[in-house]
Amino acid sequence: MNTEKFALEVKELQAFYGKSHILQGVNVNVREGEIVALLGRNGAGRSTLAKAIMGMVDTKGDVIWRGKNIAGMKAYEVAHLGIGYVPESRDIFPKLTVEQNLMLGEKGGKKKGRWSFDDMYKMFPRLRERQHTEAGVLSGGEQQMLTLCRTLMGDPDLILIDEPTEGLAPAIVQLVAEYLRELKRRGISVVLIEQKLAIAMQISDRVYVMGDRRIVFEGTPAELKADANIRKEWLEV
Amino acid sequence: MSVLNGVSYGLLLFMLSAGLTLIFSMMGVLNFAHASFYMLGAYFAYQVSSWSNFWVGLLIAPILVALLGGLFERYVLRKTHKFGHVPELLVTFGLSFVILEIVQLIWGRTSVDYPVPPSMSGSLFKVFDSTFQMYRGFMMLVAILMLVCLFLILKKTRIGLVIQAALTHPDTTEALGHNVPRVFAIVFAAGCALAGLAGVIGGNAFITEPGMAQSVGAIIFVVIVVGGMGSLAGALVASLLIGLMQTFAVGLDWSFAGGLARLGMDITAETPGYSLLKLKLSQVAPILPFLLLVVMLVVRPKGIMGTRDD
Ligand SMILES: Nc1ncnc2c1ncn2[C@@H]1O[C@H](COP(=O)(O)OP(=O)(O)O)[C@@H](O)[C@H]1O
Ligand SMILES: [Mg+2]
Repeated sequence: MNTEKFALEVKELQAFYGKSHILQGVNVNVREGEIVALLGRNGAGRSTLAKAIMGMVDTKGDVIWRGKNIAGMKAYEVAHLGIGYVPESRDIFPKLTVEQNLMLGEKGGKKKGRWSFDDMYKMFPRLRERQHTEAGVLSGGEQQMLTLCRTLMGDPDLILIDEPTEGLAPAIVQLVAEYLRELKRRGISVVLIEQKLAIAMQISDRVYVMGDRRIVFEGTPAELKADANIRKEWLEV
Repeated sequence: MSVLNGVSYGLLLFMLSAGLTLIFSMMGVLNFAHASFYMLGAYFAYQVSSWSNFWVGLLIAPILVALLGGLFERYVLRKTHKFGHVPELLVTFGLSFVILEIVQLIWGRTSVDYPVPPSMSGSLFKVFDSTFQMYRGFMMLVAILMLVCLFLILKKTRIGLVIQAALTHPDTTEALGHNVPRVFAIVFAAGCALAGLAGVIGGNAFITEPGMAQSVGAIIFVVIVVGGMGSLAGALVASLLIGLMQTFAVGLDWSFAGGLARLGMDITAETPGYSLLKLKLSQVAPILPFLLLVVMLVVRPKGIMGTRDD
């Protein structure tokens, strides 16, 4: 029996889109301050898992966050408990400016967050240059930076990031990696959903592989590197 | 003069269509009961003003209507939402009948005497032989004040920012920690309050009777389709357009027969289609908005400022 204290424990989680039963018993743990990668091919169920943790789809099973079962809560309640979510579609608010997008990341409680607008603009100077521009006209890379920063403005303690490097130029992928390291330095836990191994193997502490809507591998990046079978069966295309 | 009358009517229509448009963006379906809240505003104002005076009604009636709207959203619409669009549509349709029946039960089937307050019943000014009623001016003032408030709230406040985000991207907005269901209830209640206020100032300018919801409901439906579903700016343009069109048409007794006769044609009762040609513009005024609707749907189905491409 494992009695270790985790920040987030997902236990036997099932998820549904209407009548279709997508996840059928998924177990995932995240320690405080850890970067955990969740890898898998398209359709493996990774995004559904992130949405299930956020309370954006119907679920059965437990999601324990810092000792409290949050399964079945509304997404805004989960967000207020300190879990941030960066959706895969780069869902910026296109008609609003960059600055307004960032303002919408703030939750507006009394507590002052650990991040300021200035921190965001230091991390991604492009966003400062474009702070009064409509977000809809930004490039794909800039929009990705914006969604990452928008969620940070809500001061999460754990952040779920869905395919942040999808379709980005290598230089921008490195910026995203640097952003993730900065989160780790500030003690934030990260669940990084990716398809490619690239930055996930560089920066994560542990790795889960999802295939066919279940967890098929759990270990360190080094262990995954050593396991050619898993990579061949569940990751390579 | 007709211009001012048309603009004041158009602004009244916009108070209704603005709320309906916001609620449409939010629910994704038309709220069939929207004009019923307009009617409730008029009847509440009639009742309150008969107990005290018009000004108390002006204040209280929209608040009552907003409360009812908020309760309806919270306890009926929100529960229906997960079953999809058709049940939502049906439930608002049902509500419009319930309100109609209740209004008739309480206030009867004929119109009630809800007068313009005496302090407002004179004419404001007179040009040639047409007058501009003081009350029409008051209507314009209230409508403009309301709409400026609406604009400032939407564009300049934090809650307005959250509303703008929630209307287009509800899931993302909620995941950022905003209580989107509550935002929707607020938008619904505010839309109802605007409709109720329009009822307070429209009910005595025109007439307060059980048929008022249906007649005005049809017009604002035209307004939001012509303006482009979901577009506030489009709704404003279409409201003014229809307001002006209606007001001008009522005041004109032109007919095709008259026009053709002036062109030197000999039009008599024997001319084919005479019964159509002799119709005066003022007689067809009530159907003009619907003609506009049909023309719009043929020429530009997404409306003046619509962005939907489906
Ligand atoms: N909105 C939805 N409705 C129904 N099925 C869905 C929906 N979204 C995803 N799915 C299905 O769920 C499965 C997992 O999808 P997803 O979680 O998006 O995978 P991944 O993010 O790993 O690519 C897929 O088979 C997909 O077809
Ligand atoms: Mg995905």
